[in-house]
Amino acid sequence: MKNYILRRVGYSLLSLFLLSLTIFLFVRVTGDPTSLLLEPGASPEDIENLRRQFGLDQPLWVQYWRFIESFVTGDLGLSFYYRTPVLDLYFERLPNSLLLAAVAMALSLLIGIPSGVLAAVRVGGFWDNAGKIFTLLGLSLPSFFIGLVLILFFTVYLGWLPSSGSGTAWHLIMPAVTLGWYFAAAHMRLTRSSMLEVLGSEYVKLARLKGLPEALVIGKHAFKNALIPVITLAGINLVVMINVAVVVETVFAWPGIGRLLYEGISFRDFPVVQAVVVIGGCMIILVNLLVDILYALIDPRIRLES
Amino acid sequence: MSSQPLLSLENLSTHYVSQQGARVVRAVDDVTLSLHAGGTLGIVGESGSGKSTLALSILRLLPPAARIVGGRMIFEGENLLDKSDTEMRRVRGKRIAMILQDPMASLNPLFSIGNQVGEPIRVHEGASRASAWERAVALLKSVRIASPETRVSQFPHEMSGGMRQRIVGAIGISCEPRLLIADEPTTSLDLTIQAQYLNLLRDLQREHGLALIFITHNLGIVAKMCDQLAVMYAGQVVEQGPVSRIFSAPAHPYTRALLGSIPRMTDNRQHLTAIEGQPPDLSSLPPGCAFAPRCPMAIARCRVEAPPEVAIDEGRTARCWLAVPGVEATAATMRSNVA
Amino acid sequence: MTVTTPPIVATEPSPPAAFWRTQGFPLVPVLILLTIALVAVFADVLAPYDPQIGSLALRYRPPAWQEGGSMAHLLGTDHVGRDVLSRLIFGARVSMIVGITAVLFAGSVGTVLGIVSGYLGGWADQVVMRVTDAWLALPALTFAIFLAAIVGPSELNIIVILGLVYWTRYARVIRGEVLSLKQREFVRLAIVAGCSKRVIMWRHILPNVINSAVVLGTLMLGVVIVTEAALSFLGVGVPPPKPAWGLMMADGKQGLMVGHWWLTVLPGICIMLMVLSANLLGDWLRVKLDPQLRQL
Repeated sequence: MKNYILRRVGYSLLSLFLLSLTIFLFVRVTGDPTSLLLEPGASPEDIENLRRQFGLDQPLWVQYWRFIESFVTGDLGLSFYYRTPVLDLYFERLPNSLLLAAVAMALSLLIGIPSGVLAAVRVGGFWDNAGKIFTLLGLSLPSFFIGLVLILFFTVYLGWLPSSGSGTAWHLIMPAVTLGWYFAAAHMRLTRSSMLEVLGSEYVKLARLKGLPEALVIGKHAFKNALIPVITLAGINLVVMINVAVVVETVFAWPGIGRLLYEGISFRDFPVVQAVVVIGGCMIILVNLLVDILYALIDPRIRLES
Repeated sequence: MSSQPLLSLENLSTHYVSQQGARVVRAVDDVTLSLHAGGTLGIVGESGSGKSTLALSILRLLPPAARIVGGRMIFEGENLLDKSDTEMRRVRGKRIAMILQDPMASLNPLFSIGNQVGEPIRVHEGASRASAWERAVALLKSVRIASPETRVSQFPHEMSGGMRQRIVGAIGISCEPRLLIADEPTTSLDLTIQAQYLNLLRDLQREHGLALIFITHNLGIVAKMCDQLAVMYAGQVVEQGPVSRIFSAPAHPYTRALLGSIPRMTDNRQHLTAIEGQPPDLSSLPPGCAFAPRCPMAIARCRVEAPPEVAIDEGRTARCWLAVPGVEATAATMRSNVA
Repeated sequence: MTVTTPPIVATEPSPPAAFWRTQGFPLVPVLILLTIALVAVFADVLAPYDPQIGSLALRYRPPAWQEGGSMAHLLGTDHVGRDVLSRLIFGARVSMIVGITAVLFAGSVGTVLGIVSGYLGGWADQVVMRVTDAWLALPALTFAIFLAAIVGPSELNIIVILGLVYWTRYARVIRGEVLSLKQREFVRLAIVAGCSKRVIMWRHILPNVINSAVVLGTLMLGVVIVTEAALSFLGVGVPPPKPAWGLMMADGKQGLMVGHWWLTVLPGICIMLMVLSANLLGDWLRVKLDPQLRQL
């Protein structure tokens, strides 16, 4: 158990290392980083300062060490556009992203879990086929298309919902639906397959042999077991949502992390882009680690294995 | 007790139909059996002979592809096939219970032992949570689980395999059923625990007046546990009757081969006759007797015409031409002619 | 052999499930993909106008069937008066070129590394798999945005970026396949026969993972096209004034608020049709060629 956790932590640290190395190398290899890290039209002294600050005259590994050092100490640089520390900008936007992700997650689970259960209980029936079409559409439609079509209907034609910005619950509806759509499909698919697996298990067979009503067999014995992988995925997806909302937040001008990334691209504000990407990667590696450890704590089989 | 049997199956047939309806597998084919209250019936056969499908047919809990296509199942005077789904549900776990093959997988990992043992009592008898819990403790005690008061609130992963199977047994008897079906309940247990478990089942049967259907491929267990025996081959009962008489004089060549294949302690020669040939493919059975291709005593008629189920003597039947009066003589002459 | 609801006695078998998905050849999706491919090839002949030149006098003309539309611009014009139909036609070319080359790039890198990693094992495996793990931690779109922000937008850059982002998915699946192939008789025989590792990998293993690679590639085509469209939509993909569908939608967004729906909906439908078709074809191929990949 202890070994298992240590091994997982080790792998995660290795992933973090490789990720940072990748990002560092991509920035260095593709040319002079000063052109990315300095505003266009910076003075020669500025360039010289930056060269010294990053030690660009030093060997590559020294440069990498400084890169890591600055991240670990929370120094992600200054935004060119806002002229404030990038980290401040990040934390300013994070609550909005969390809010959007939480609502989108709730929606995706409210749609995905019941429809997945329904599809599994009536395999091959109407709901199963409808669900398959829904997952196919959910996983194929680009979110900006959904977002723009929603705006067309609910803002332009019906005038019911605001097309952009934040502040009220009304502002949240369309971005949350657009972001949650894809995940609803993913959660439905997992719920269905997980439910099917559990419905074929011996303990569900025994529950039926006990003469339990079908509602109790499915609701108590099957559903709770089938829910475990779905909740796990949802936990990971919540973090993923924060990091993939860039398109949705751009369409609806929602002031979250994704919008920050978009602004970073539009204003050629490289420190912002770099920070959003690096923090996002770290978050996802950490949540995966967390889930694995929690699983090990809960599931005795993993505990016994190691 | 009246002479009317507790359970009698009359010409029961259960078929598996493939999705397009093209292939039909006769998993249970024209089975007639009966069992008296408190009696023990062993059903033996190779895997794929239809034993488990037969058990699930009695409880009407078949996989979606399987259908009961004919026959009657009279249990305590009622035809189970006439019952609605809801009525049938009230029979399961209450009047007929079943123990599955795999004790490790039969318990739900998320609920406490007490919850799972007490569940049938709550559903069928409307007992309160507290009284179901108390009954669960008593049941654990009756299946000889040490310190049931602490065990009852534990979870399946905290138990050994033998303990779990005893818990599954406790679930089986929780509502005092009239009939308990045990489907190879000991195959995954090691030998000493197997023996303990069989003793437990027999004691429970005596205490509660249970009728027991014991599905197994182990004739040694049948000899120890059962008073009636039905031998299944390719979905049919090829021979049935009292265990002692079948063991001393098997009528069907398949039974004979099965009995030949158990090593005997008393026999100092290595006496292990393997049955030659493969178990049949149930979706394309040969015409005539299904066992004929593997049968050392088959006669020409066996390959053309399926033998009827004939009574050999009181309470004993076999499905073999050699058991049909008059046929044996011809068979003997035919064989001598060939020779 | 799963026990589900208690069945009724003696009824006919249940109807075949999922008829629309896997049974039979996915004719409509293939026709759609073929049409898009042909349109892409013959864009110069088919397009009535130059996709990059418009006239401001003709801006925001609606499609022909709407009031104010004319047959001169069948699907209307955009905010600088360019013909939408011509841009959609040339957009097909962009999507096809970017989609197919990026998939080939990602596929060949991923397949080669997957085979090397799976067959050789040891440190080669460790390196490839640890890099794969690390790179998979970044959501594909975020990673692509980051790379695009470094190298700047161009069609070639997008192809390289998408290849870099998606090879990891290939490598992981192919490695899994190779691990099981390694245990198979024919590989053992080849080892006994004294074949070199290189011969075994490229002569014996590669032909056996091609099926999976093709299935994965078809499914990936949809993903890559959506990502390309998203990058273009965000302004880090195909640079204007090239007619990429994602870019057209971004341009059309301003017009959307005053009801110029055709500028966003039409390219959106094109993307949707292409992605949906690729996914349906991929699903069918998966069942047809490689039942093991069903759980993909």
